Amino acid sequence: MPNYTLKINGESKEVEALEDMPLLWVIRDLLKMKGTKFGCGQSFCGACTVHLDGNAVRSCSLPISAVGTGEITTIEGLSENGDHPVQKAWVEHIVPQCGYCQSGQIMNAAALLNSNASPSEEEIEQAMAGNLCRCGTYNRIKDAIVTASKSL
Amino acid sequence: MLPNIPFIQKKKGQDKSKVFVPSRRDFLKLGSLATGGLILGVNFQCSGPKGELVTFAPNVYLSIDSTNQVTLVAHRSEMGTGIRTSLPQIVADELGADWSTIKIVQAEGDEEKYGNQNTDGSFSVRMFFEPMRKAGATARHMLIAAAAADWGVDPSQCDTRDGKVIGDGKEIAFGDLVGKLKDTPVPDPESITLRELSSYKLIGTDVPIYDLKNIAMGKAVFGADVDLPDMKIAVVRRTPVIGAKVVSYNDEKALAVPGVVQVVKIEGSGNPPGLDKALEGIAVIAENTWSAIKGRDALEIEWDLGENKDYSSKKQLAEMLQSTRSNGKVRRERGNFDSANRSASRKIERTYEAPFYAHATIEPPAAIAHVKPDGSCEVWAPTQHPQWARGAVAGALGVDVSQVKVNVTLLGGGFGRKSKPDFVVEAALISKAANGPVRVQWTRDDDLHFDFFHSHSAQRIIATLDSSGGLTGWNHHTVFPAIGSTSSKEELHPSDGEMGLGCVDFPFNVPNIRVETHESTGNTRVGWLRSVSNIHHAFAIHTMLDEIAEARGKDPLENALELLGEDRDITFQSEMVGGEYGNYGESIDNYPWNTGRMKNVIRTLREKSNWDANKAAGKIMGFAAHKSFLTYVGCVVLLEKGADGKILIPEVHYVVDCGVAVNTDRIRSQFEGGAQFATSLATTSEITLENGQVQQNNFDTYQIIRMPAAPKKIHVHIVKSQIKPTGVGEPPVPPFIPALANAMYQMNGQRIYKLPFKV
Repeated sequence: MPNYTLKINGESKEVEALEDMPLLWVIRDLLKMKGTKFGCGQSFCGACTVHLDGNAVRSCSLPISAVGTGEITTIEGLSENGDHPVQKAWVEHIVPQCGYCQSGQIMNAAALLNSNASPSEEEIEQAMAGNLCRCGTYNRIKDAIVTASKSL
Repeated sequence: MLPNIPFIQKKKGQDKSKVFVPSRRDFLKLGSLATGGLILGVNFQCSGPKGELVTFAPNVYLSIDSTNQVTLVAHRSEMGTGIRTSLPQIVADELGADWSTIKIVQAEGDEEKYGNQNTDGSFSVRMFFEPMRKAGATARHMLIAAAAADWGVDPSQCDTRDGKVIGDGKEIAFGDLVGKLKDTPVPDPESITLRELSSYKLIGTDVPIYDLKNIAMGKAVFGADVDLPDMKIAVVRRTPVIGAKVVSYNDEKALAVPGVVQVVKIEGSGNPPGLDKALEGIAVIAENTWSAIKGRDALEIEWDLGENKDYSSKKQLAEMLQSTRSNGKVRRERGNFDSANRSASRKIERTYEAPFYAHATIEPPAAIAHVKPDGSCEVWAPTQHPQWARGAVAGALGVDVSQVKVNVTLLGGGFGRKSKPDFVVEAALISKAANGPVRVQWTRDDDLHFDFFHSHSAQRIIATLDSSGGLTGWNHHTVFPAIGSTSSKEELHPSDGEMGLGCVDFPFNVPNIRVETHESTGNTRVGWLRSVSNIHHAFAIHTMLDEIAEARGKDPLENALELLGEDRDITFQSEMVGGEYGNYGESIDNYPWNTGRMKNVIRTLREKSNWDANKAAGKIMGFAAHKSFLTYVGCVVLLEKGADGKILIPEVHYVVDCGVAVNTDRIRSQFEGGAQFATSLATTSEITLENGQVQQNNFDTYQIIRMPAAPKKIHVHIVKSQIKPTGVGEPPVPPFIPALANAMYQMNGQRIYKLPFKV
């Protein structure tokens, strides 16, 4: 099996993996970082969202061989103490119910605000359309993104 | 083993709070047996002279140590309702603890110790409000007694607040009293005074969920997040048709996938499949999940597809619909519907269809099991029902229940799916074969193919009106594969429990009522999904009531208020035919069906939703009010057409009467989420089977609502009440679907008779 060097959360990590292994399973099974979640395996639900060079990607569908030298950020690397504006807004609005999809929601929201610091309601809806929440926390997510955008 | 839930198997005379309130004699008996850990009665870990940690644990739900750490035990499963916060919140409020410093730990599955842990049926708060109050109050009494004795004052002059006993101008931290409690008499549970409802500081407020920050940081531990040394990962190719059997298989290519270490066959339960058994399948065990998935793809299996191989859900639904035209098995009878039918001056007869639904929790089932060389087994699982998981694993492994330990993780959604321990049993069987710890990981197609679906259903309702517009008769036919059919081929009619979910408990004041059921078979696994049979029953009943209101020339809210009649408690039992009215497992005396409370909900909804003003302004609205799980809910859904012609749901108004409101933020969040969940059921989701096989594989074909189409503003008004609390997990769902359907009719003039419908 080939070896890969990943830049993840500011560190360099060596892994040995099948070249088609999705980044999700590299993160969860090989690097033992469990914050990034498995939901659908086909980019339909967004639970596995991480950042690659600041952009949101679905790690369940991104083979490790395609990652290259990009900088990966997972929920564990978004902030040291949970004080990223998006995380703080999530706490302020008590967004989560079960919480399972929320790592992906937060990473997707943070990437949105990277590219658009004050999105409109419609822009938020469109940008977050790929992240499913079965508990139905969508409106609090929207409110939290607005709150976070104001604090940027 | 049958599920221990009230709507399937009615429990009688069960003392739900026996675990935590030992009688004085029990205490003495148990106290002398106490050997450590949290057990009934006062227990000290140590009280040595060198300042060792001393722990005071007056019952299994709380302990206080000499560092002033208050630890509360969450014994029910957290799947998003907030119960891991709400129940400890009750204990803490009675105790007078400082919420900002409490710790919550999750109990393992142990019914003897903690009482009922089956987190289902929206009954956690209903069942445990009083026991949790008493748990906190017991400790408070003891702490106060110790402090008062020290201070030489009467205990009645003392109280607790922020983790301290206060009184006589003095205060002392709980932790400083712990060492003195061994001489403090245990109060007789009956003598314990609970705080006045009005004096609570946490109950009735927006206490944020305990796991909030951990979730926001990705640190919260769900089922698949548990990692053990040398743990292997298993992915299973299960029977394509329920009841199919493996004839032969070739694992050569699977074993050739790098990382795959073993392939084992799981002996399935056959047909009927049962609620707590593993399905027949071939498990691929690997070093990591990806290798296991690839190994599974490489399996070659020959199946004997068995008796469900020609099953078509479409065909069965058509047959069920046809069956409602005949006389069925009468389940409730009031007056004489036939004579009402003969003398009617107007009849409205409608049929309703609803599909199979999958739970589709975003966390697919996953469980970790470690069967050890001595045959014992430890499990970590996102289970709603740890005791059932424990029993089912013990049964499958052939060991005593005491040999199985079930640790409960957070659940990434449950909605009823994770009550069933089939996936936990799989993990145990595979671990045994692998001689080591194993995580069984379900993929999304596994989840959608092998769910315990909400049954599809057909219904027919005939309503009769007299010449003055009075509703004289109601004949409701319902047919759907019963939950019981998953365990027994003999179960051809819905159970009393299922009929009590929004069908025989039709509360309206109609002189002639007949409710009938028809036969249908189980050909896949069916189970319970958030609000269960209330989903299809409420859809049919409340869209029909909207038609009746129109026929009577009445406003739908007025219509409902009028048909509910006088304020009174309704007893259904005398009209049940050959069965029992379940009342969600509670006695009707303790939890009556009170029309006055429902009328108050509807009147409040009228005001809070600006119904009259909105109506005058020509806004498009639909209404329904439905009681389920003993909670009264009214719902108004507004619709508007967007610039692109798409129909949007700009506003939803809910009014809920759930008795005493414990965690107001989590009550609101359940309704906010319930509206979204119900929008999916109403408009996007549908499971179909052809040739016995589920046709949906992922979220592209089994769709749930996404943010752009989700209801936008969801207003939740909680009725202030001193009445004992009921649950809120499921009740938001049933009234939403007919309210939306009724609004759709206002929008485009087309009545809706089939779920899901396009908006």
